[in-house]
Amino acid sequence: MILRKLQYKAISCLGPGLLSVASRIGKRPGRGSAQGAAHPFGPPLESGRKLREIMSLHYLSGRYADGAVPVAWVTSGFPVEPLRALGFHAVYPENHAAVCSVKRLVPELSAAVERLGYSRELCGYARADLGCAVTGTTPVGRLPRPDLLCCCTNICQTVLYWFRALADRFRVPLAVVDAPFVYGEAKAGHLEYFADQLRGLAETAGGIAGRATDRGALLETVRLSREGSLLWAECLAAGRAVPSPWTGFDAFFHMAPIVALRGTKECNGYYRMLRDELNDRISRGVGGIGNERFRLLWDNLPVWHRLRPLSAVLAENGFNIVCSTYAAAWAEAGAAIDPADPEGSMARAYLNVLLNRDLPYRLSFMKRLCAESGSTGAILHSDRSCKPYSIGQVDLQRRLVSEAGVRTLLLEADHADPRSWSEEQAGHRLAAFMESFE
Amino acid sequence: MSGPASIGVDAGSTTFKAVLVDREGRILASFLEPADPRLEEQAARALDALQAPPGTPVGATGYGRRRIHAARTLTEITCHARGAFSRTGEPGILVDVGGQDTKVVRVGPGGAVLDFSMNDKCAAGTGRFLEVILARLRIPKEEIARYAARSTRPVPVTSTCTVFAESEVVSLVARGEAVEDIVKGLHAALASRVASLVGQVPPGSRVFMSGGVALNPAMVEALSKELSVPVSVVPDPQLVGALGAALSALS
Ligand code: SF4
Repeated sequence: MILRKLQYKAISCLGPGLLSVASRIGKRPGRGSAQGAAHPFGPPLESGRKLREIMSLHYLSGRYADGAVPVAWVTSGFPVEPLRALGFHAVYPENHAAVCSVKRLVPELSAAVERLGYSRELCGYARADLGCAVTGTTPVGRLPRPDLLCCCTNICQTVLYWFRALADRFRVPLAVVDAPFVYGEAKAGHLEYFADQLRGLAETAGGIAGRATDRGALLETVRLSREGSLLWAECLAAGRAVPSPWTGFDAFFHMAPIVALRGTKECNGYYRMLRDELNDRISRGVGGIGNERFRLLWDNLPVWHRLRPLSAVLAENGFNIVCSTYAAAWAEAGAAIDPADPEGSMARAYLNVLLNRDLPYRLSFMKRLCAESGSTGAILHSDRSCKPYSIGQVDLQRRLVSEAGVRTLLLEADHADPRSWSEEQAGHRLAAFMESFE
Repeated sequence: MSGPASIGVDAGSTTFKAVLVDREGRILASFLEPADPRLEEQAARALDALQAPPGTPVGATGYGRRRIHAARTLTEITCHARGAFSRTGEPGILVDVGGQDTKVVRVGPGGAVLDFSMNDKCAAGTGRFLEVILARLRIPKEEIARYAARSTRPVPVTSTCTVFAESEVVSLVARGEAVEDIVKGLHAALASRVASLVGQVPPGSRVFMSGGVALNPAMVEALSKELSVPVSVVPDPQLVGALGAALSALS
């Protein structure tokens, strides 16, 4: 136990230095580095190296977390602040599944659970994560065993069944924070109900951590969470400049800390650095792509396994994704968190996450993003895996066209599973969509 | 009439089309064959047949467009919209029921593509649906419309999936239903599938049809009925994509 604690601490403190040396030695040629004028991207973001560093460190320290500190596996939209205040190491299976998706491991992991009877229609993240649990395969070395599973239903109901399956497998308690769906505005009763559950959570998690919540630590975590969301919002707002200093595809990678390290100093330090770099690029007129002719919004999760080719074909034709509902969702809700009223404001913030809100809100959100960023087109990724995000997109698409004059493309894919991807058909639709701007 | 100005090639998945047009976009010569996997040879054959002067610019579209030596390659969506507009001179909704996919394009003023949707993930809702099942019923292509016209009591075909519809048709035949009535029912099934892709037709909008299936009057009639608006066939419906490609090479 003491040894584990020492290892965990050592990695957390020494890690950054070690990793930065390692990442400098093993530096891959960045996007756009000395590849000639034909290359469609702008120079790569310097912050990318730091991003790799802090995310690697997060997973590296995770290897030594179990036995050293209490470990919780949490859903992306879970109110993590009470856990951090109790000293938990938080693991995000969705973020981990995204890493598996980028590395194209999902078919193999999914096959393992499909053999156990799980349906291929289940969200690819759940299949990937359960596949990791079953096979022990992971691209990050090792995930720490959870002491507690934490699931909030503000993103979907899938997570409830997925985390139940994990609880069954690991034989550890499952803390569920139930989120009533928000039609219009969150109702007072729902806010109270949510805040009550947060108090209950602090008790359950405190029992596992073996200590009571230190109010000061909670307030500090809440403050960091809010600050992190605002910093992330500043990074995204930088994308409104013309040309945009980065691309929405960059943002998909750079959002990892606000998802998996929300409420930590590392997260906020990182976004300060990124914001400054983006602002510097704006002042020098450096764009995310070489020749930005058209600006687009992206809706839904990214197609993780096709990010590179998709971003390349868009960039080659002068199209830049300058905003996305997915990346912006992490800036919107978190900003409502307020140290003056931790439970009440967390209830508001976490009930109001994008996937817990109705279609009129989503439509107005998309219109606002298009207007702010000067996007004249939108790609709506109809994601076979993520039903709550994809349902209603046909209506959203029609109304974006008729009410905001935005050209749209519904692109059928799956954020995690390349088996649902048809290169010829997707490429064809994308080509026709781009031609319609000329 | 001015002389030959450009060539348009539509290397589709089931048929290969090519046209030679003058400056005004009038078709001077055309070529049409079932798609040949030796695409380059087929393209050479087409150019010979069109008797275009050497150096005439080529525009290409269709699934095989990248294999055609062309000054300009564009998707069928853009080409069908341009081709149809040049023949009709009107904006509207263009429905192209092809062999392997069905496209619905909202064509704006000047032939610009405002919006499109496609059914290209499965054979339901495409020309292939009719082709497979009518082959099963041993009805030659040219006879289809005549069969449908003779129907007095169309039988509903409920499966929209081509594979399931095929077995449904087999059981309808076994039940003793008249082939004419089954054929008419099949047209209605395909039309309803295509209509769902079209969605609501705004009042006052014209609906046009292009592609090989538009040559089948029974299908045009079924779609008109399903959409409750008259559907007009673009002249030379099979050549619309190639014409659009030729027009793109002109500009
Ligand atoms: S279904 Fe959607 S919201 Fe739920 S876990 Fe999967 S990707 Fe996330």
